[in-house]
Amino acid sequence: MRLPLEGSQAIARAVVAARAQVVAAYPITPQTHIVEHIAKLVADGEATCELVSVESEFSAASVVLGAAVAGSRAYTATASQGLLLMGEVLYNIAGLRVPLVMTVANRAVSAPLSIWNDQQDSMAMRDAGWVQLYCSDNQEAVDTTLQAFRIAETLEVPVMVCVDGFTLTHTLEAIDLPAQEQVDHFLPPYRFARTLNPRNPLSFGTLVAPEYYAEMRQLHHQALLDALELIPAVDAAWQEVSGRSCGGLLRVEGDPAARTGVLTLGSIFGTLADAVAIDPACGPVRLMHLRSFRPFPAAALRAACAGLERLVVLERAISPGASGIVTAEVRAALAELLKPPCVHGFAVGLGGRDVPLDLLPRLLASLPETPGPFRIFDLDPDKLPQEAL
Amino acid sequence: MNGQTISIEALRSQQPRYAGLTAGHRACLGCGQALAARLVTEAAGPDVIVANATGCLEIFTTPWPESAWRLPWLHSLFENTGAVAAGMEAALKAQGKSTKVLAFGGDGGTFDIGFQALSGMLERGHEVLYVCYDNEAYMNTGIQRSSSTPHAAATTTSPAGRARMGKRHLKKDILAIIAAHHIPYAATASVAYPADVRKKVRRALAVPGPSFLLVHSPCPLGWGHDGALSIEVARLAVETGLFPLVEMERGSLVGVLPLRAPKPVRDYLALQGRFAHLFADDPRAREELAHLQALADANIERYGLRAGGAGLDTESADTVRRGGGQWA
Ligand SMILES: Cc1ncc(C[n+]2csc(CCOP(=O)(O)OP(=O)(O)O)c2C)c(N)n1
Ligand code: SF4
Repeated sequence: MRLPLEGSQAIARAVVAARAQVVAAYPITPQTHIVEHIAKLVADGEATCELVSVESEFSAASVVLGAAVAGSRAYTATASQGLLLMGEVLYNIAGLRVPLVMTVANRAVSAPLSIWNDQQDSMAMRDAGWVQLYCSDNQEAVDTTLQAFRIAETLEVPVMVCVDGFTLTHTLEAIDLPAQEQVDHFLPPYRFARTLNPRNPLSFGTLVAPEYYAEMRQLHHQALLDALELIPAVDAAWQEVSGRSCGGLLRVEGDPAARTGVLTLGSIFGTLADAVAIDPACGPVRLMHLRSFRPFPAAALRAACAGLERLVVLERAISPGASGIVTAEVRAALAELLKPPCVHGFAVGLGGRDVPLDLLPRLLASLPETPGPFRIFDLDPDKLPQEAL
Repeated sequence: MNGQTISIEALRSQQPRYAGLTAGHRACLGCGQALAARLVTEAAGPDVIVANATGCLEIFTTPWPESAWRLPWLHSLFENTGAVAAGMEAALKAQGKSTKVLAFGGDGGTFDIGFQALSGMLERGHEVLYVCYDNEAYMNTGIQRSSSTPHAAATTTSPAGRARMGKRHLKKDILAIIAAHHIPYAATASVAYPADVRKKVRRALAVPGPSFLLVHSPCPLGWGHDGALSIEVARLAVETGLFPLVEMERGSLVGVLPLRAPKPVRDYLALQGRFAHLFADDPRAREELAHLQALADANIERYGLRAGGAGLDTESADTVRRGGGQWA
């Protein structure tokens, strides 16, 4: 059923269609609309979940943890400061191998205070042990949310679905909402093997001494590596049900003969595709959307880079004092190739700065022969002190 | 029984009793918290699930791959136990199950770092019994002061020295704060009164909505007393008025353990190393002793512990009079 829906509204409907039984969240821009829509669906009797309106994101994450181990499908959503406040619980959820789904409405992290979009927040949680899937549009946000529950529950790992704040969460689009039967067919009822149950009492979250710790980390690492197979398989299964794919681990589009590749995550993928389509100054370009950042699809990326002479990474976060986070990982993955493309890394669109259509042709025209250091591309020199230039 | 006689002891030992926490854990000898958790789970089980905060109880019961728990048990973090329990309760509600949810925390995990999550859980009315095992310091990390540490007690972060007489601040009145949430049931208890602990657990679980139990649980290591004296020390805390046993319903006082003849606080303090500096020949020590006596007297006054003792004897009683808010 195609409906004109705001991104947040569509995600809320997907969560309800997934029959989440417990939802806990705390408001933060630009995530707020998602929980407000869920609350409205509950108030209107269109959803039957237990909605727990907690006193903080720290508790939101803790409530869904408790709910999932007590046997219910659970969901939360947050952004930015809220995600950072959850940090300790997020590591805990992942280490306990609790299947949960969370939407991150990506937003910059304070200070400087900004309510606008970039991806510094989810990148800061890169090593928490969650699967991280990025969405390039709102249809993908709906489809990925449903897929996320299946991935989480199959592997007993939590899944973060990252959608760009405002650009996606607050944008109205025609969305194909799957029918309830389709969702039910795709997503079996929640079953967690280690559910806390008085008939079979288990102890969960115990103290692990050095002689077992590394093995447990290995099992967790392995589960995320297993997701490299599962994510495309679940996407394919969803395609059978819905006719739509989200691109598995890595969506590759554009000219297969191109010598230049451009890789990004999230909603600017669409902007880049439009730029390539309408502006001949871009030249032939192979476009890549890194849907799965964790697990990192190194092999798929190497395959997708075959024949490329240069790869431009455009990302929405930085690791101050080092480089781009995605750029560093792309470089490491491609270093295994005999003839790797030159990797040029840039941050763009930080703190909600607009990424216009002409950014890509300008950037491609300015690329040097050999890559320079990672930098923020769309800086305005007039706004920087002289000494910084 | 075929004309055979059987001793009371044998009968007792044959009595099948549900044990939520079994032997084999690694608590210190005389650990009040280990005893208290056993009492609480005996009274609550077996149809329960437990969320346990980081702390001594969590550590000494579950060295992987062993566990002393015989009930479904989850440890997540230090400061989120109220919220984890709330999530469990929400899930059981969504599934239409009647299993009860218990939350366990130390005083650090309850009075201090986990207080926000606990307050949220109470305010939202989750049907959870939150039990705080109050040993009056962060024991698991080596005896640091918490906001539950009594005034003048020495800990590693509030040591006694030439310039200081131990902790400078008062023990936080957590019960009053909990009661201000107007939850159906909140009470204090002590391991020295096991029947009272059990009774309060059963009462707490019988009311719909959130309930809270603060169990005074001596820690021989942290308090500096002989492990064999834990029960005596705990009993003296009650008998001096320093740790009054009271019950509150919807914010009103409904029951107290009366003290017919309150004992002087010295009797309690003198057994514990954490108060040893108060017995030095020093005017400040005498001043602090008088201050602690005044605090106990204020408790006795405030809760009417002497009022109408009516022949109840705290030595044996385990009795809590329920007066329907008559002291409120
Ligand atoms: C966020 C965080 N800060 C600090 C700690 C370290 N820590 C673990 S247990 C503990 C003290 C526990 O004290 P309490 O709650 O009183 O329980 P007890 O050990 O005394 O039973 C501390 C400080 C931690 N685990 N997590
Ligand atoms: S340190 Fe104290 S609370 Fe911890 S196990 Fe020992 S006696 Fe019990």
